Amino acid sequence: MGAVLDLLSWASILSGALFIFIGTLGLLRLPDVFSRMHGAGMTDTLGAGLLVLGMLLQTTDWLVAIKLVMIVAFLAFTSPTTSHALARAALKSGLMPWTRAGREVSKENPPS
Amino acid sequence: MGRALSLFMVLFGFWLLMSGHFEAWLVALGGASAVLVVVIARRLEAVDHEGHPLHLAWKGMAYWLWLLVEIVKSNIDVARVILASPAGVSPSLFRVKASQKDELGRVIYANSITLTPGTVTAGMEPDGTLLVHALTEGSRASVESGDMDRRVSRLMGES
Repeated sequence: MGAVLDLLSWASILSGALFIFIGTLGLLRLPDVFSRMHGAGMTDTLGAGLLVLGMLLQTTDWLVAIKLVMIVAFLAFTSPTTSHALARAALKSGLMPWTRAGREVSKENPPS
Repeated sequence: MGRALSLFMVLFGFWLLMSGHFEAWLVALGGASAVLVVVIARRLEAVDHEGHPLHLAWKGMAYWLWLLVEIVKSNIDVARVILASPAGVSPSLFRVKASQKDELGRVIYANSITLTPGTVTAGMEPDGTLLVHALTEGSRASVESGDMDRRVSRLMGES
């Protein structure tokens, strides 16, 4: 039983780390701030979620388990709120999203 | 008063679970701090259906589970796009109507869009029109299909 839980826990933690890695890759390689946010969004949804799931499988203390679940619950509210604030701030400051057809060039957003 | 009482129960329960202390003196201190927070929240007029939407936690279980599955699916989609061709994405900014009349419903819908990778809500107009940025044609189509919008309306009891 312990070995199976360990295996599941490791699988979960490693796949969480993989999603965080791919999210970071997206953050670096996607074309503009708006599309980069989608990469960042992966790290705090499935990335963090799988890490916590893996830790949940390791713990035997129910108080610790509840705290871990709380972390995911709080992330589920704070992460979209900050993403939204970031996107809105970028739009408000005049940054236009990159599209296939080309993007509006501004001082903050030099052509690359 | 009912809301204040249920806010107190939630805060006190939260305190107990976070502290893990069950000695009388410490529990009394925890209870006192929960009462203080409720008093402050009432003075801030934050104890309303928006500040304390506990009714949705249980009623919405089916919705939260559906959203969880959507989050997993869109994570895999975005991961695939990033690994395949980050330069081949076709992002777009578009408007979509949130059909909820209640502000809390609109916020839940807008946050659900942002929570699923591939789509971010960048703004909301007074009539409930959302400004959404999508990473690919597919993620745009999934918002425009209106499936999530209908589910949030159902969660809020508006349809």
